[in-house]
Amino acid sequence: MSDVDVLFARLRSEGRKALLPFISAGDPDIETTAAIIRTLAEAGADMCEVGVPYSDPIADGPVIQASYQRALESGFRLSQLFELGESLRSGSPQPPLSLPMVTMVSYSIMLRTGIEAYVRRAVAAGYSGAIVPDLLVEEADEAARICRAHDFSLVQLVTPTTPRDRQLRIAELSSGFLYVVSVTGITGERRELPPSLLENVGWLREQTELPICIGFGISGPEQVRQLAPVADGLIVGSAFVRRIAAAHDGRAAMLEDVKAFAEELIQAMREPVGLASKRTQ
Amino acid sequence: MSPVSPDVPSSGAPSSGASNRPQWPDARGRFGAFGGRFVPETLTAALDQLSAEYEQAKRDPEFQQELEGLFKTFVGRPSPLYHAKRLSSLVGGAQIWLKREDLNHTGAHKINNTLGQALLTIRMGKKRVIAETGAGQHGVATATACAHFGIPCVVYMGAEDVRRQKPNVFSMKLLGAEIRPVESGSRTLRDAVNEAMRDWMASVAETHYIIGSVIGPHPFPMMVRDFQAVIGRETRAQSLEQIGRLPDCVVACVGGGSNAAGMFYPFIEDTEVRLVGVEAGGRGASAGEHASPLSFGTPGVLHGSYSYVLQDEDGQTCDVHSMSAGLDYPGVGPEHSHWKDSGRVDYVSCRDDEALGSFDKLARNEGIMAALESCHAVAKALEVAATMPADQHLVICLSGRGDKDAMELARLRGESLE
Repeated sequence: MSDVDVLFARLRSEGRKALLPFISAGDPDIETTAAIIRTLAEAGADMCEVGVPYSDPIADGPVIQASYQRALESGFRLSQLFELGESLRSGSPQPPLSLPMVTMVSYSIMLRTGIEAYVRRAVAAGYSGAIVPDLLVEEADEAARICRAHDFSLVQLVTPTTPRDRQLRIAELSSGFLYVVSVTGITGERRELPPSLLENVGWLREQTELPICIGFGISGPEQVRQLAPVADGLIVGSAFVRRIAAAHDGRAAMLEDVKAFAEELIQAMREPVGLASKRTQ
Repeated sequence: MSPVSPDVPSSGAPSSGASNRPQWPDARGRFGAFGGRFVPETLTAALDQLSAEYEQAKRDPEFQQELEGLFKTFVGRPSPLYHAKRLSSLVGGAQIWLKREDLNHTGAHKINNTLGQALLTIRMGKKRVIAETGAGQHGVATATACAHFGIPCVVYMGAEDVRRQKPNVFSMKLLGAEIRPVESGSRTLRDAVNEAMRDWMASVAETHYIIGSVIGPHPFPMMVRDFQAVIGRETRAQSLEQIGRLPDCVVACVGGGSNAAGMFYPFIEDTEVRLVGVEAGGRGASAGEHASPLSFGTPGVLHGSYSYVLQDEDGQTCDVHSMSAGLDYPGVGPEHSHWKDSGRVDYVSCRDDEALGSFDKLARNEGIMAALESCHAVAKALEVAATMPADQHLVICLSGRGDKDAMELARLRGESLE
């Protein structure tokens, strides 16, 4: 079992849902990334998705793409991703971090290092899995085999355009959790999410034991309230990355903002929908 | 020739009746080890739909007749195979022939593919077309096909290319297309592909993405090659008629590689015909100075397929340089990677200055101004021809005409057109 499996087993027994913030490694620099991850853990996030900057990220919207570009322009190297994990786990000078972390990484990057080598280095650095948005189920057998051998979760994605028989194939190959993409399109915040989403997640629940996390397009507490009841976890990316990018008043203010936003989302996640709507009446 | 790579897929590549050699791509879209599909899951349904629709269209006589009709009456095909006698005597080697794709409507080979894909767009019932463009030739050809069929068209173009290719940008506007300059990354072709892919991710239900080269996820490399293969089929037939036999050598420039793939594919089984692909060598062989992934790159994934790519040790795509916007691309079609590794095609790299020199030779000796892209093929072809006897024949794919490059040529020479 990877740390991801352990986390979801625990949350299920406690009847809780997970908040999975996404941030880009190295934006604005790797030290700040470490500080942001620690802040997210303090705020009560359950896992962190660490985006690996890539020069040609076709699945990502303008906010994350710009973030990757800033990281690369300020000299991000893949070795820093692993050093980041090692330093957070080793806990010097601060105490060791136990928050599970998974990498969001393009297959282009993984393949260049070599799948086996990438997984070994990631495991050694304290990462528990990878989400590989451009690795389709047809091409994923080898990666899945290697990941299994290392207790490293390989999270696969289903989308609104994925037929149901294909969703089953994907769920079968996925490990850690199943990433349900909420909208047709790239990452980024949306005001509205499609109504068919809830229905499809309900259907998926009957098909798989795998924890289900919803991502793409989640911008704030309103959507979190709406989606938390049906999911095991929610992934929020661009809304965090945008706050980190907007840190004009310095690092301390940015970390405060990130913390407050994470806390707001966690609060919304714990409020049942009925209660929240009564309160707003 | 050396055998195709040994990893014949278990899914069973269909083989032609005439030979036991596997026909690429296989069911997974692989050309040997290369190709495939490495895209976000959101696009899978659209790619499956496109594959199915294309397989049907390929076998549908009505579709083929409609396309051939357009080739004849709208494009002006067949394009001539022209014997460049003065250039041949100047070089003093093989007889040089030019396959005049520059004489097509819109001035390049790109129209062969955009008409085919526009017909497919209508067949699939999609209402909108997007495209990327580098030199603007594919953008103009897409805008033309869309105007012809009455389909709304959006063209993504790197902001740097918008600057370099003003005449084509204006043409696209005149044809009714919307141009979206791309300011991200290196602001060239590669970034235009990224933006078009992102648009497609969100609009896939009603939009078709007309990729302009033999790149991208399966089935694009196969489909674009097939639409461009009219170049090689005509050249083959014209050679038999005008020369009396097949040429000894065929040379084409390679950016993404669509004119070369279309020219080479019908000759692949004619192993006595030497095939030479010419990449953009830019200012030289050091990283960042050229756009020659087959000569200097390594296998990796870019824009949805596995092929040679210019990348650093982390897998980040390298910046590239070519004076020619149509070749200024860090990747290349997967079938070229397969042809390189199997040894069927020789790939060489040609510097900016060498290509420029051949522009003048062709213009002044034959009265033909070639696109800067095609000049790369001309430059290396002249070197190859010089080593061949006068009773041998070499064909150059003259993929486009040079009018669009007037501003850039003037700038490179320090002349003002104002």
